[in-house]
Amino acid sequence: MSDDELIWRIAGGSGDGIDSTSQNFAKALMRSGLNVFTHRHYPSRIRGGHTYVEIRAAAHEVQSRGDGYNFLLALGDSFARNPQEEAYYGNEEIKPLSENLDDLREGGVIIYDEGLIGEDDIEALDLEARAEENDWHVYPLDLRGLAKEHGREVMRNTAGVGATAALLDMELEHIEDLMEDAMGGDVLEANIEILHEAYDSVNEEYEFNHDLRAPTGEHDAEQALLSGSNAIAYGAIDAGCRFISGYPMTPWTDVFTILSQNFPDMGGVSEQVEDEIAAAALAVGASHAGVKAMSGSSGGGFALMSEPLGLAEMTETPLVLIEAMRAGPSTGMPTKPEQGDLEHVLYTSQGDSQRVVFAPGNIEEAYEQTRLAFDIAWDYQIPTIIIYDQKLSGENTNVDVEFFDREPSPDLGSTLTEEELREAAHDNSGKFKRFNHEDAENGVAPRSLPGQKDGRYLATGNEHNPVGHISEDPDNRVHQMDRRLEKLESIREELDEERESTQTYFGEDDAEYGIITWGSSQGAVEEAIERLNENGHSVKGLSVSDMVPFPEREVTEFVESVDEAMVVEMNATAQFRGLLQKELGRFGEKLTSLLKYNGNPFEPAEIVEGYEVNLADEDREPTAQVRIEPAAGD
Amino acid sequence: MSAFNAIGDEREIDRDEYTPGIEPQPTWCPGCGDFGVLKALKQALPEAGKTPEEVLTVTGIGCSGKLNSYLDTYGFHTIHGRALPVARAAKLANPELEVIAAGGDGDGYGIGGNHFIHSARENHDMTYIVFNNEIFGLTKGQTSPTSPKGHKSKTQPSGSAKTPLRPLSMSLNAGASYVARTAAVNPNQAKEIIKEAIEHDGFAHIDFLTQCPTWNKDARQYVPYIDVQESDDYEFDTTNREEAAEMMRETENVLNEGTVLTGRYYVDEDRPSYSQEKKAVGEMPDQPLAERYFDDDAEWERSYDLLERHT
Repeated sequence: MSDDELIWRIAGGSGDGIDSTSQNFAKALMRSGLNVFTHRHYPSRIRGGHTYVEIRAAAHEVQSRGDGYNFLLALGDSFARNPQEEAYYGNEEIKPLSENLDDLREGGVIIYDEGLIGEDDIEALDLEARAEENDWHVYPLDLRGLAKEHGREVMRNTAGVGATAALLDMELEHIEDLMEDAMGGDVLEANIEILHEAYDSVNEEYEFNHDLRAPTGEHDAEQALLSGSNAIAYGAIDAGCRFISGYPMTPWTDVFTILSQNFPDMGGVSEQVEDEIAAAALAVGASHAGVKAMSGSSGGGFALMSEPLGLAEMTETPLVLIEAMRAGPSTGMPTKPEQGDLEHVLYTSQGDSQRVVFAPGNIEEAYEQTRLAFDIAWDYQIPTIIIYDQKLSGENTNVDVEFFDREPSPDLGSTLTEEELREAAHDNSGKFKRFNHEDAENGVAPRSLPGQKDGRYLATGNEHNPVGHISEDPDNRVHQMDRRLEKLESIREELDEERESTQTYFGEDDAEYGIITWGSSQGAVEEAIERLNENGHSVKGLSVSDMVPFPEREVTEFVESVDEAMVVEMNATAQFRGLLQKELGRFGEKLTSLLKYNGNPFEPAEIVEGYEVNLADEDREPTAQVRIEPAAGD
Repeated sequence: MSAFNAIGDEREIDRDEYTPGIEPQPTWCPGCGDFGVLKALKQALPEAGKTPEEVLTVTGIGCSGKLNSYLDTYGFHTIHGRALPVARAAKLANPELEVIAAGGDGDGYGIGGNHFIHSARENHDMTYIVFNNEIFGLTKGQTSPTSPKGHKSKTQPSGSAKTPLRPLSMSLNAGASYVARTAAVNPNQAKEIIKEAIEHDGFAHIDFLTQCPTWNKDARQYVPYIDVQESDDYEFDTTNREEAAEMMRETENVLNEGTVLTGRYYVDEDRPSYSQEKKAVGEMPDQPLAERYFDDDAEWERSYDLLERHT
């Protein structure tokens, strides 16, 4: 936990504009020269319900949401259910304040809207005593009244931001600029007025008794603030993807929306269709006809894609699918993160089906690995899946703008031109030997596209012979299976030998203990390792992205080099640890697990504590809502 | 220059070109109605001026799904019920392709029913042939969505308690712009209807009665059949929705009583196809999407140019 950072939490109800207000505030902090990282917590509900966004900002690098937070802006919930009723949902009107107190750090600052949260509520919360106990500094402000006076009630968010800026001693310049970009006319005028009014009145009315101030920093290069969903969508655009088909489902909808909004200006096609079976089948059809295509969904929707996924594998149709995990099983917790769909994605679809699976750990990796997924899918004619989660999907962080300054790669991989097709092998009737196992390289037989001369063949989900005819001949079956199976080995070889590793390492090589993680838990693990080493432990980390084909050599070397390793993942059944053991076939006695599945992502402190309890053999139970699974034999 | 030169090829076409030079010979049972569809297609395609390599035939699963094994075009034999979404996307990816989708009544009206409704609704420019034999054939004779009420099968031993689905009415209501029914026993009409469907700019649905001599002897051979356009007993306007709906209802009502009515039921030449609609709202490029990947001069947009909104 460091003192030179701000973790600002804005809390209210769904539909109160928390999201857009926080986006702009995060951007203002980024423009002021800070690194930012956002975390979004919201219910599966359009109006009302407890919602917050956290923005962590610091001059140093920030890889996670951090631990707890130190500044609360509690706005009230304008869609709260009647507080007089003993409702199932509790007293929603005061939730923006009451629900957030547990995580507020000592010395923290609270602004609450006294226009919405009354004296009785404050008394009921015992706020005064708690504030004294925790050294919180409380600033009640009539944000609603202020907003109403100069504009409309909804503009109270702006009043809250103005008050925040005053208390943190921030300049209003960047906030004003962003407002000018976002709105105009009377609305802009009113908001600017409210912003200044709030800023000035806080400065006039209060004697500040808190130490927290906005950190200051400077960027070496221009920064862009974007989410994991942006990064995946942009990776797809730069890989030449121009077809997306989907069906709305949280959190996958973000990628679908971003591409649907951008494709019309890029000559691309987006199709929202009747269900996820159709969505994946459309992507297969578009790819079959010669377009770089993708589809995706979240757990339940992805389950419907199981069959088209197998069809793409069997017909060797290139395909990229996206799986945005949320807490399951079944409908689970639609807006909460979890890494519980790994086994679903690894094994869904019948038979010895093969797919490639990447799990990016942060925003840069999400971009890189999406591009890699398209390269691999089109070179090897194999379905490639990006698995990520609600956390990575919605979190925003700043990235160097220059990171994206790259050449697009619309190449169709192992697809032949008509000229090449004329020279290719055909059967006696003139059918193209599309699935020719004899000349295949790395398991890949180049393909033709419908409409090309001399390229006709049959694609089928049945086992088939070289021109695509259905065949149950045993020799042909073995040739075709072996050729298809060879692809994964070839891909592993390419990833190991020709490309930069997609695994990420932290800490010193000669460390005694290891922490292994995958996907979006990476950032919290990275920070935990730094802290553990500062505290005198000897720990290094490995964050794995290649789920299939598994990076056996890299992971083996890592596990061999440490005494013990703790596998950190956001699910209840240690799915990734299971994969490790299946792929490595040993080390069962060396691997323990730290699991979290309460709907909130790991904070670094929880990993630090988990490590100390687990590997550093401290005889105590973790205080966090996590579970430790011992090593085999323990 | 196009990368797909089989498309729009104006040469003379021999109908034998559509018969694969080597195996496989059709594996359908002797007397199967599916032979009728294959034969009609082989005649209609050359008459419509289509060469084999500009045609993509997309099929589902079942006896009917094997159609493209015996028709020498580009083929995609997909999975049960999913021919339409695959076919739709291929058409969007390369609108110059002639796309024909086909499957059985279980495939199209049962497991793929949702796709059927939405494909008709969207009016994709393609031909959809449903081999309707009122039975599941390849799984050995179970009751299908179009099986008559009371039909006994291994899975409904006391007779089906369900009234059969109304394919023509469903198609009309969903939005198909060409709806016809033909029968394998009426080869000339079948060929003409398929040709019209291919030439129609929109979703052309043909409910094709294909007798199953093995599992559905009740339906006999769909004879005698009546062409509603040629018979003096029926008078309706195929461009009038209400009249078409009434005629469809009548046709569906009498089928299981032994009166086999066939012909064109609804034709709407004015409704724009889905590609036209999508282009009209600016969500589909004029150039076929698939061509762009072969165009060396194509300028590919970059995400780098979108970053201003994030800075």
